[in-house]
Amino acid sequence: MLELENISAGYKNKRVLEGVSLNFPKGKLTAVIGANGSGKSTLLKAIVGIIPRESGRILADGSDLSALSRRETARRIAYLPQGRSVPDMTVGQLVLHGRFPHLSYPRRYREADRRIAAEAMERMGMLGYADRPLASLSGGMKQNAYIAMALAQDAEYILLDEPTTYLDISHQLGLMRTLRGLADGGKGVIAVLHDLPLAFSYSDLTAVIDGGRAVMSGSPLEVCRSGIISRVFGAELVYDEARGQFGYAYPPV
Amino acid sequence: MKSSVTSSKNNQKRIKLLYLAGALFFIAAAFSGICLGSTRLTIAELSEAFAKGFETPAGRIFLYVRLPRTAACLVCGGALAVSGAVIQCVLANRLASPSVIGVNAGAGLAVTLCTAFGIYGGFRLSAAAFIGAFLAVLCVSLASRGLGASRGTVILLGVALNSFLNAISDAIVTLIPEVGVMSSDFRVGEFSSVTYKKLIPAAVIVILSLAVLATLTSELDVLTLGEESASGLGMNTRAARIVFLLIASLLAGSAVSVAGLLSFVGLIVPHAVRRVSGSRSSGLIGLCALFGGGFVCLCDTAARTLFAPYEVPVGIIMAFLGAPFFVFILAKGKGGHSDA
Repeated sequence: MLELENISAGYKNKRVLEGVSLNFPKGKLTAVIGANGSGKSTLLKAIVGIIPRESGRILADGSDLSALSRRETARRIAYLPQGRSVPDMTVGQLVLHGRFPHLSYPRRYREADRRIAAEAMERMGMLGYADRPLASLSGGMKQNAYIAMALAQDAEYILLDEPTTYLDISHQLGLMRTLRGLADGGKGVIAVLHDLPLAFSYSDLTAVIDGGRAVMSGSPLEVCRSGIISRVFGAELVYDEARGQFGYAYPPV
Repeated sequence: MKSSVTSSKNNQKRIKLLYLAGALFFIAAAFSGICLGSTRLTIAELSEAFAKGFETPAGRIFLYVRLPRTAACLVCGGALAVSGAVIQCVLANRLASPSVIGVNAGAGLAVTLCTAFGIYGGFRLSAAAFIGAFLAVLCVSLASRGLGASRGTVILLGVALNSFLNAISDAIVTLIPEVGVMSSDFRVGEFSSVTYKKLIPAAVIVILSLAVLATLTSELDVLTLGEESASGLGMNTRAARIVFLLIASLLAGSAVSVAGLLSFVGLIVPHAVRRVSGSRSSGLIGLCALFGGGFVCLCDTAARTLFAPYEVPVGIIMAFLGAPFFVFILAKGKGGHSDA
């Protein structure tokens, strides 16, 4: 379990998160939702330590992250940011860098690291693309390559910041199935998502962030029926019981 | 999984072959630098010189003229090429190089100041050049981060700093005419005034810097993933950037303290090497050192021999050879990709 207790964090002159307390269990896909600027991305950055925390503590399976080094944290929590440059390297090289936190100076990748990276690529269906430059892949394939890197990192928790951005609907669905599979396989998957029907339909838990605070957390159905979606987003989300899916209730045009 | 392992081995084999080619090029360039010039030295003359403790005319030419000059070309060329490759990785910009973003100009200003205070060689000169180079690259790095500058803006910041630092150097030379170091030869780079007093401290710093850098190639690769991805992999990116900029400054500053403001090598050699080796730092750094050193050495040999008995500064030859070659590799790579 990844436990956030009263986390406050932000940037130089602006506090973004105010006393956020949330739990992210292993084996579950948790969707973090909220309006633009609500602090969702800041929350992920605060968890992995890219933004320093002003107060509160985070426990990963009982261990306080503030007592761990960056490398030790990276061995427990993998983080895929939203705005990624496309580095000039092959898929194989990228995925191998997932082993970086497991090496000590002078960091030289070992045969075991190459094997783990190959297994991660195989799991993501990217093994045949190992020698392809990252820049030559479609958006969906690039996303798969980065997830393979996170798998090679062999962390218990995977944090993804808006992983479906720039993907067409078919790749979005494919990615959500992948995240679902990772959670079913025992990983704690935490994804910041903007598409509410997608987030609610695939996740086990949904955490709602508003104005830097965690205003609700629960199962998608609980959150949907609580009325908080219309208060936070100004939109109506409905649950189709017959199909077991969520969708927007669009107002008449 | 087998295909991935096989291709990885093929890549390693290709890098080994490139290292072999680079080593042969480096040795051939060194050999031409030693033997060719206004007086040709033959193998027989060199063997005799070795046997007689360099007391022959050929021995004295070798020991006091060709050896320091050739060694300086190899050291400075390799240092500038590697410095360029590192700066390009850290700033995530292929147009960055020590001569473009003001690193050489910073070192040049420091050398000018040293000369104004009567320091003409030794570790003090190399240290000052390093400090000048580091302050320049730090200015560009901090300004670009502070302003949230795009890749293009980083280069513009560097170009502005370059002009500013060169203007200060010009002002010093104008106000203190005895400072002859900022002569036109120094501006384009040359090796005719190389002495062991200048070369040895710079060479020691370059070799130590390269040795440290060779242990940090995985860090350099991870840094190219971008700040947040690298942080997510457990890297302290701020500390890593500073370490790499320090190393790049040590390399560029040392080279400038010996050879002046050599341009081009820090830009074109990393580009050319990437075309054949890919961007992986473990291959890129060593190959840049070999091909950069060899390239400058060959250019210097051409500068001494093409217009004999006259000698032109090596920077002019490098620009003549380098610019068309640069356009050639850009045109050849058009539509392709640089990594394999």
